Amino acid sequence: MAATDDLAIRASSDSLLKAEARPRKRNMAQFIRWALLFGGGILMVMPLAYMISTSMKWPWEVYNLGLIPEEPTLENYTYVLEDGRFFGWFLNSLIIATITTLSALFFDSLVGYVLCKFKFRGRYIVFIAILSTLMIPTEMLVIPWYMMSQQLGWLDSYWGIMFPGLMTAFGVFLMKQFFETVPDDFLEAARIDGLNEFQIWWQVAMPMVRPALAALAIFIFLGNWTAFLWPLIVTTSSDLYTLPVGLSSFGDEADVAWELIMTGAAISTLPTLIFFLIFQRFIIRGVVMAGLKG
Amino acid sequence: MTQLILRDLVKRYGETEVLHAINLDVAEGEFVVLVGPSGCGKSTTLRMIAGLEEVTEGEIEIGGRVVNNLEPKERNIAMVFQNYAIYPHMSVRRNIGFGLKTAKLSKADKNARIDEVAATLGMTELLERKPSQLSGGQRQRVAIGRAMVRDPAVFLFDEPLSNLDAQLRTQMRLEIKKLHTRVGKMMIFVTHDQVEAMTLADRIVIMKDGHIQQIGTPAEVYHAPANTFVAQFIGAPAMNLMSATGTSSGVRLWNGAKVSMPDLSIAEGREVTFGLRPEDLKTNEGDVLAGTVTVAEPLGSETLVYVDVDGSEIIATAPGRTPPKAGDKITLGLSGTDAHLFDTDSGVSLRAG
Ligand SMILES: Nc1ncnc2c1ncn2[C@@H]1O[C@H](COP(=O)(O)OP(=O)(O)OP(=O)(O)O)[C@@H](O)[C@H]1O
Ligand SMILES: [Mg+2]
Repeated sequence: MAATDDLAIRASSDSLLKAEARPRKRNMAQFIRWALLFGGGILMVMPLAYMISTSMKWPWEVYNLGLIPEEPTLENYTYVLEDGRFFGWFLNSLIIATITTLSALFFDSLVGYVLCKFKFRGRYIVFIAILSTLMIPTEMLVIPWYMMSQQLGWLDSYWGIMFPGLMTAFGVFLMKQFFETVPDDFLEAARIDGLNEFQIWWQVAMPMVRPALAALAIFIFLGNWTAFLWPLIVTTSSDLYTLPVGLSSFGDEADVAWELIMTGAAISTLPTLIFFLIFQRFIIRGVVMAGLKG
Repeated sequence: MTQLILRDLVKRYGETEVLHAINLDVAEGEFVVLVGPSGCGKSTTLRMIAGLEEVTEGEIEIGGRVVNNLEPKERNIAMVFQNYAIYPHMSVRRNIGFGLKTAKLSKADKNARIDEVAATLGMTELLERKPSQLSGGQRQRVAIGRAMVRDPAVFLFDEPLSNLDAQLRTQMRLEIKKLHTRVGKMMIFVTHDQVEAMTLADRIVIMKDGHIQQIGTPAEVYHAPANTFVAQFIGAPAMNLMSATGTSSGVRLWNGAKVSMPDLSIAEGREVTFGLRPEDLKTNEGDVLAGTVTVAEPLGSETLVYVDVDGSEIIATAPGRTPPKAGDKITLGLSGTDAHLFDTDSGVSLRAG
């Protein structure tokens, strides 16, 4: 213990000495770094700040760009929370985002695992085919999705909202990369121990890629939580709306009720915030590892 | 009575044949080591026995049944891998118990079995730890424990010690040998380290390029190598090989020195390869060969000397206390009865059968 403390002290005094040796240069670099970070921080935080600020304004003040409301109020929050529809949309979003996340985690990692660990004819082609769908933007996919839903009678249903996200090409790609880091010895040892292939995947391979699963869970949950275009198109009855779609419908054609939309948005960020705080540890590790692999 | 038989075992990857008709019989309780240079097909052979690789041609028989088409778990074998393959997310207890997952035992029975194995391996206090809290040697012991827990008929090891440092290797080697004595089960052990092979094996199988070169006890492969490959592969430093010609009473070495071979007769004028281990070439005990020391390597009890004899480098041994120095002129004594003779073209020993 004492020895390591000593080392730590020496290390820090070393860096102090070095800092003194070249103070100018160091301060300048430090300043630029801080300035950049500060600018980036402002850019990220501004929309959030305006969201909170607007949610506390009266309608007559909404188009005032001041960040501090002249007459702050929580009236909007009471209104939104007492409006029965908001809770319904919140629940829709929660159910849809949760089911899609679980489903995508399951299928993405299953497919990623098979593509990574099983040698079969044509697996490369399958992989490329899956990857290539990443290049098509959602805006274009929406049309075939819609036509398909129409044919199959999925319009205006939970299933209709969820089906495009039940498995994701990105997730398959991510999981395949992560399974590369699991040595085959582990799987073979389990095979000899008598597990079947599904058990090997579930009991041996999956626990070893937990960070990746956590990262993927965040990406997918957030993606579905904030999804707007497809849920808007596929739903017609307002009790099937997800939060983003429902919020945008606040107000009437003539007048968009920004203060209410912002209030709803502020409330809807809460779960994502909580989700992030819980999984933060994993996400950062997962992203770092994904970066190393990629 | 468990016996393992490999019959004309062939393995091909696409067009390339990596194992050419391997034949091997292993008796119950025997410790057999497969040894050979990298890429010779040791792991492939072992993995075929385990059922992790498909058999291209030939048969594998374990305990009287052909297992070619059986799943690994149906073969009554266990395998220990080079990088341990113990699961990082499970405690030692769960890792060892993993092999019992599919066994039909009560929880109490399983735990009793795990405790028993842990006690055998001296790991009782480590049972609740995670693998990240173990040293390399302890991890390897967990891997062995996981193999033992199911009480398999055959243990397979694929270079289980090569990730350990030299000292730990020696220690684990000893432990594996003791373990074998205690459990008395058949063990097939793959290594490319000939010292490991010599110390562990009841019988050694020496392989090269997908062919078996020789099968024999450590003493047999050392004292009666079947060919020049085995002669050079087993024993460190390697056996000296020199070209020679048959004479009426023995051979004449490449530099003209005559050696009598009382126990072998070679046709006069026949070209042969003459082999002699460094410990059979003693400095200053006779004068069959003479040369200059180029390098002396003291090993403590003895000293290895590299001697330039008429342009060829010969390795000999000198006593540890008064070794010659580089540049010294010395003479070397040898006896024809210690020597090995090989056919120059085929490399096959002229002594064996
Ligand atoms: N999946 C494969 N496809 C093609 N060739 C392979 C494959 N696996 C092994 N080989 C080849 O088979 C030969 C034997 O390999 P093997 O792994 O059995 O060698 P080894 O004796 O265990 O060597 P090492 O000491 O390096 O582990 C090698 O030449 C190797 O290149
Ligand atoms: Mg190998």
